Amino acid sequence: MSVERALEGTGVWLDDRLHGARGVRVLLRKVFPDHWSFLLGEIILYSFIILLLTGTFLTLWFQPSMTDVIYHGSYIPLRGLRMSEAYASTLNISFDVRGGLLIRQIHHWAADLFMAAIMAHMIRVFFTGAYRKPREINWLIGIVLFTLGMFEGLFGYSLPDDLLSGAGLRITEGILQSFPIVGTYLAFFLFGGPFPGHDIIPRMYILHVLVIPGLILALVTVHLFLMFHQKHTQMPGKGRTNENVVGAPMYPYFMAKTGAFFFFTFAALALAATFTQINPIWLYGPYNPVAMSADSQPDFYMGALEGALRLFPAWQWVFFGHTFAFNVFVPALLPLGIVFGGAAAWPFLEQWITGDRREHHLNDRPRNAPTRTALGIAMITFYGVLWAEGANDIIADHLNISLYLTTWIARFAWLIAPILAYIITKRICLGLQRKDRHLLEHGVETGIIRQLPGGEFVEETRPVDEEALAVLTSRSEPPPLRALEIPEAEVPAPGMRGSLGKVRERLYNVVTESIPLPDGHANGHGNGHGNGHAIESDGHGQESLPAGADQSGGTDQH
Amino acid sequence: MSDTNSPGQPGSEDSGEKSWPEYLTGGQGHGDLPAGASAADPEGPAGPRRVIGTPSPAAARTLLPAAEVDGGRQVTPELPAEPDDPSRAKRVEKVVAACFIIAALAGFAFLVFYATIGVGSITSVLHSNLALGGSMALMFLLLGIGSTLWVRHLMPTVELTEQRHPMASTPQERAAFKETFQEGADTSQFVKRPIVRRSLMLATVPLAVAPIFLLRDLGPLPGTSLDFTVWRKGQRLLIYGTGRPVTPAEFNSPGSIISVGPEGYLDDDDAMAKAAVTLIKFRPGELVFGPNARPGGPATPDKVVPNWTVDNIVAYSKICTHLGCPAALYDQNTHHILCPCHQSTFDATLGAKVIFGPATRPLPQLPIGVDSQGYLIALGDFNEPVGPSFWERS
Repeated sequence: MSVERALEGTGVWLDDRLHGARGVRVLLRKVFPDHWSFLLGEIILYSFIILLLTGTFLTLWFQPSMTDVIYHGSYIPLRGLRMSEAYASTLNISFDVRGGLLIRQIHHWAADLFMAAIMAHMIRVFFTGAYRKPREINWLIGIVLFTLGMFEGLFGYSLPDDLLSGAGLRITEGILQSFPIVGTYLAFFLFGGPFPGHDIIPRMYILHVLVIPGLILALVTVHLFLMFHQKHTQMPGKGRTNENVVGAPMYPYFMAKTGAFFFFTFAALALAATFTQINPIWLYGPYNPVAMSADSQPDFYMGALEGALRLFPAWQWVFFGHTFAFNVFVPALLPLGIVFGGAAAWPFLEQWITGDRREHHLNDRPRNAPTRTALGIAMITFYGVLWAEGANDIIADHLNISLYLTTWIARFAWLIAPILAYIITKRICLGLQRKDRHLLEHGVETGIIRQLPGGEFVEETRPVDEEALAVLTSRSEPPPLRALEIPEAEVPAPGMRGSLGKVRERLYNVVTESIPLPDGHANGHGNGHGNGHAIESDGHGQESLPAGADQSGGTDQH
Repeated sequence: MSDTNSPGQPGSEDSGEKSWPEYLTGGQGHGDLPAGASAADPEGPAGPRRVIGTPSPAAARTLLPAAEVDGGRQVTPELPAEPDDPSRAKRVEKVVAACFIIAALAGFAFLVFYATIGVGSITSVLHSNLALGGSMALMFLLLGIGSTLWVRHLMPTVELTEQRHPMASTPQERAAFKETFQEGADTSQFVKRPIVRRSLMLATVPLAVAPIFLLRDLGPLPGTSLDFTVWRKGQRLLIYGTGRPVTPAEFNSPGSIISVGPEGYLDDDDAMAKAAVTLIKFRPGELVFGPNARPGGPATPDKVVPNWTVDNIVAYSKICTHLGCPAALYDQNTHHILCPCHQSTFDATLGAKVIFGPATRPLPQLPIGVDSQGYLIALGDFNEPVGPSFWERS
């Protein structure tokens, strides 16, 4: 009981100063919806925390210096070699600090997991439409975090100054040099003169351990605050509407679950670092500008950039005595520009096309937004082709095909595969919608065959249960195009006039293409306030249930 | 301690602060919260605002008032105290405890391994990594499993529903905000006095520009430094790694390749980043010479300059013209030089002409000859910039 008294005492002491009882009480009961895919964001957060912890450990021994030293440490094969202090201190961490190798490997694995989880989380948010109003700001923050993560990772794995990462820096320098007009200056300012110089490691170090993590921490804080403030989205289900949040309270449920998840994330990273070697810089050797080995690969999140550089044709022009390295500048900026820029623009483009300015808190099932889903898959395919091309030498080696053939395939595939992916995905989504419609119209097959008095055989079906019904009928129908026109007037509304209006009308028809729900399940079209869903429009939903039951419980002859 | 007691004291102390208890209570009926939490004497001069008939502070001693409605929030039901399946919970309780106990043991094992397993050799690091990582992973894994079982089987299943409210404020709230904002702007005179406003804006211009100026000394201006390397006429070609000079007689097996650098610069990474050279020995007749290529003039794009070879040895820049990686792979059969970074491929017999990949220019050829002692020397610098393209390159 003394624990209780101590807690109470502490609480009172704090509340006397902070007036927290009311606010914190609300916070403790804050409801968190549950779905496995919501854990992806937590993986990002926990990898980031683990990165901060392990990274701090590493700074205690790492020397961000490019001063030449002769190595005399424990790793015998490299003894007597000239190398930078940065490389020597990384060897020291790996071989002479207890737990150093483990923490270094956890740090590297956590960085890869951080980026992988960001990708997975963004994919989840995109396909469920969770980026829609009011969450556009958090979507944009996410894209900035992804970009920052790429730079943070690039700078981080370049710090040990090993042969592999040194080549990465050389490529970075080459990319900077390709920028028209300012490129050479950018490269000289970043490297403090000609490559490699003696400044790049200390400069990347301060960016890597202070500036970028600080920005990431600040943005993560805002991201989480907005998620708290706007309340998490939820997946469709029985009793879940656009106006409520259904789930377990933060205290104790979410806290315990998320704590467990932190442990699992740490355990997974510790397992990976124990049993799988990552970035064995002692095998690569110290950086020198003369040597390079085959099968050189950047970390996976730089793979798409690497692939774009590999597949782009050798186009370059000289204008008025100036070289425009189109073959570097364009693949370095355009493909990732399309992915990030497209992702950033899409929520606003979609709003403009559909005229949908309502709040959305109930997630879409990907199939119910066929065009969005198809666009997302097309983008992933685009990125994926570039990413695979970034490892084309490994692919060619393992599949025993010509290296140049892989590049030729990628040169066509990065343009054609996304289009095919779009078409196929859209067909699949529409097909799945038809399947849903069929389920609603005819019910679930039971496998029971019944003979009618007339001798006819029919299959028994039963109506879908309430939970499934809620899921199947959850749709956020866009406001009809008519709403954009002035009613009962022959002239189109201002937003629909002119060539831009025509474009918008055509895009509207593409973006909103969907298989309608069967009668009796459909969500009221153009439902003014718009947040209505079949499941919540009480009387409506109740009526439709027996109607569906009658229909599907009856005979279904096929 | 004086700040922890005396409910309502702020209100009675200073008339200027009289409004704060009202702000706290918001008229919502838990004004006793701060008072009751620390009331030493409920009958004393406390609570000037307490009305007879309202709950006494003593009744509100707990931090969480029993019944309370705030701001339209649904009153959430009490959480059940018992697990869904008590008999199952009893079994799971033991499993959870076992998980935590083993996690503790794994944690202690980690400490023991840290103290007992040294590092300093490849084998000991391997053992240390396995022991520390294994125990750490086991600890976290069991903590995770234990916590998950706890949530799933010891805590009862609950599902609460919370209402959402539109993010947008009400028109009244917006109007009030606008009013307040406007009042502030008016009071500040910011709008009324353009001279103040504009001069302030003027003063911020240097603030915005200064940081860019401050970055100027990040590096020297490039000038023409990218156009040249450290190669000079008469400089010997030294083998990278051993530092020995090369004679054509030593370097006589066709198809072989060595990396060389200029004498005096092998340990200078800045110099070698541009000056690294690949020497390749060919069989007679393999090299294709450019009929129009003349020494001193610009290299023809796809033919070896005849006077710049010695005994079928040709010297190319090792720095890829795409992005500067060392073009380090050589295929003896096809005479192709391949850059491992982005696979630009150069035909070594044709003046390192690009035959595949993103590079646009051949690898520059270094003019070489032999000095009086028979060692290979450079006849001068490359006659074009080496490495990746840049804007100032013509």
